Amino acid sequence: MTEQTTKEAQTRDAIPRRSFTRRALAVVIGGVTGLVPALVGLASFLNPLRKSVQARQRPDGFDAEGFVKVTRLEALAGESPGRFQIIANRKDAWNTFPKEPIGAVYVQKVSDTELRVFNVECPHAGCSVDYKADKRGFLCPCHNSLFAQTGKRSETSPSPRDLDSLEYKIQDGDVWVKFEKFKAGVKEKHAT
Amino acid sequence: MKAIREWLDDRTGYRHLLYEALYENVPGGSRWRYVWGSTLVFTFAVQLITGMFLWMAYSPSSTNAWESVYYIQHEMLLGWMLRGIHHFTAQAMIVLLALHLMQVVIDGAYKAPREINFWLGLILLKIVLGLSLTGYLLPWDQKGYWATKVATNIAGITPVVGDQVQKLAVGGLDYGHHTLTRFFALHAGLLPALLVFFLVLHIYVFRRHGITAPDDEWQGQRDTTFWPDQVLKDGVACLAVLATVLFFVVWHGFNSGSGAELGAPADPAESYSAARPEWYFLFLFQFLKYFPGESEVIGAMVIPGAVVGFMFLMPFTGRWKLGHRFNVLFVFALLAGVGVLTCLAAKEDRANPEYVAAVKAADTNAERVKQLVELNGIGPEGAVHLLRRDAKTQGPKLFATHCGVCHRFDGHDGSGKVPTETATASDLGNFGTRDWIRAMITDPAGDKNFGATKHGSWNGEPLEDRFAGGAMAEWATENVKSGQMKKEEIDGVVEFLIGQAVAGGGRRDLDPPLFDAEATGKEFFASGSDNVTTSCYGCHEMKIDDELFKAGSDAIAAAPDLTGYASEKWLKEFIGNPGDKKFYGKRNAMPAFAGTLTDLELQMLVDWILHRWQEPQK
Repeated sequence: MTEQTTKEAQTRDAIPRRSFTRRALAVVIGGVTGLVPALVGLASFLNPLRKSVQARQRPDGFDAEGFVKVTRLEALAGESPGRFQIIANRKDAWNTFPKEPIGAVYVQKVSDTELRVFNVECPHAGCSVDYKADKRGFLCPCHNSLFAQTGKRSETSPSPRDLDSLEYKIQDGDVWVKFEKFKAGVKEKHAT
Repeated sequence: MKAIREWLDDRTGYRHLLYEALYENVPGGSRWRYVWGSTLVFTFAVQLITGMFLWMAYSPSSTNAWESVYYIQHEMLLGWMLRGIHHFTAQAMIVLLALHLMQVVIDGAYKAPREINFWLGLILLKIVLGLSLTGYLLPWDQKGYWATKVATNIAGITPVVGDQVQKLAVGGLDYGHHTLTRFFALHAGLLPALLVFFLVLHIYVFRRHGITAPDDEWQGQRDTTFWPDQVLKDGVACLAVLATVLFFVVWHGFNSGSGAELGAPADPAESYSAARPEWYFLFLFQFLKYFPGESEVIGAMVIPGAVVGFMFLMPFTGRWKLGHRFNVLFVFALLAGVGVLTCLAAKEDRANPEYVAAVKAADTNAERVKQLVELNGIGPEGAVHLLRRDAKTQGPKLFATHCGVCHRFDGHDGSGKVPTETATASDLGNFGTRDWIRAMITDPAGDKNFGATKHGSWNGEPLEDRFAGGAMAEWATENVKSGQMKKEEIDGVVEFLIGQAVAGGGRRDLDPPLFDAEATGKEFFASGSDNVTTSCYGCHEMKIDDELFKAGSDAIAAAPDLTGYASEKWLKEFIGNPGDKKFYGKRNAMPAFAGTLTDLELQMLVDWILHRWQEPQK
């Protein structure tokens, strides 16, 4: 031990034992004063985890069953699937943006009553997949996940599941889609 | 455990650092009067913590700043408290700074060898004031906006560089996005960084020289170390500061439902007579009132600059015994002066009815915008548009500007002010209601109706009896005042016209007409009765059940078409062009507002007169 540290240790030890209560009090009071503002801040920081907040952040402007009109059936001619924007009232923290694109879907006509409808987001990491006519499938530009027209992923794809198909209905020649987003990166399809 | 501590100490030397931090000698024992510096460090730490969390939700732009603060305040978990703590701790800091400064000067702690530390303290004081000034703008409410406008305009009168300084602070020619981004960068970046830098120096130099213990008083008392005695006292003081701040936050929250005030969103088009700086700058605000015209620069810069300049010189003047006494006196006089000016400012404001009214109007607007956000949400163009399109907010102002010159509204000009001039047109406070229609039938020449026009003129010609003694007035004298027209007939016409207003649309404020009475009124309106000289449609035209009742050939003079009378549509058309031949034609004596008011303004004015505005559902 150097001379200095010895001296320091002596000063420390010179503080009377009875000061234990004072030490404890000092620690407790100091802790409380520091914690109060930190905890209040932390509460507001955790705000996005509240269910009620999440509910208010969901877009609206859908029909009672949650469907939104996307296109006319006759617009779905041709071999390739068409890409359509989903227009709804977007909620962004304090703002509401009426009638804005909130996402997009691929729609392909199989027959007059049967369609294939996919959310354009790759289930791997959420990039937007492109339809490649030469591959007759969807290719993700990020990590090269490849999906068939049916949405089925190729075996070598990094994506943990097939493209997310969406519910649809056809009414008076209009195509309606129940637009949902799903958690990326997991095998199961969980709506977020 | 011990081995780990040894290892750590060997690598970092933390024990020595802790020793330096905790075992500083406190000559003469721990004292309550030494706590001020520690409470200031504590409040700064609170500001750093709460500020950092506020930063995570705040958005500095003129369409988002107010909105994000609203979100923090009303939507986020304990956001009101977070904001409240930040707001009130800022004010606590100012109070503690004053106490710390007084303590230092009284104890002579600014004298050699502590001059540099005193100067560092003065620099810290200015940084804290800078933080207050920049923080005041960030919510982008009316109060912050107008107060900052005043502050930056004052900066603009700085000799030589004022113009440039102002443009740099504002971030352009006018207040907007870049004013906020700049003030925010100053408030959350540059100024706190400078404060940390100078605070480290301040504490370092303080530790170098130690606590200033006045030797006469402290003689013979045992020395102690900073830990734990002084730390405990500091901790208790910090707890007291925190408790005070929390008290204000909760108290404010209890009174107004928010931890800190948030006024209506900033609107450059909406003058704000309640603009005042935060209370601790009020003395400067008051001081400026005494410097007329061009001499403002003396009050705003020369004198405050001289005061601060003198304070920087205090370590030198304090070398002499009398000099020290003078310094103490100077600081006390300064604080007393600040106190007196602050009280004067508050007193003048309290005695000024216009200021009191402006504060009340500001509160009303703040409350109203909250209702509107709850009812409609906030669109992409920001919350200020909610108030700009709100009939309840804009109606009174539009009425006062455009109608209140001649008309009255329940005796005032629409905005609540009672003009000194005599009214020259009717009082529209109950326009289109049953009372209004009844008065128009029974006493059209009354002071609240056409009677007021006696005092008016049109195109330079006095109106005299054009309306006050016009056909309607004559008809009423002959048929109603004489008692010829029966009570059922009057009631009937009232209900019939109410039916017109209700059917015409836009009158949610009226109960629907009574069925039987309405039928009586309809009959009377078209055909009159044996006991009256002529029916209503003798002068007034009306379309009833798609059948046009042309004004009779014996029409005395043009009178307004009463189809859909006092409905939203009727009133809009009437205000738009009262001289149209379906209204007053050539007899008209009211300006046409179709070109003067925008469609939105006309709509809001009509909506307001007809009590059509959004109210929260109960």
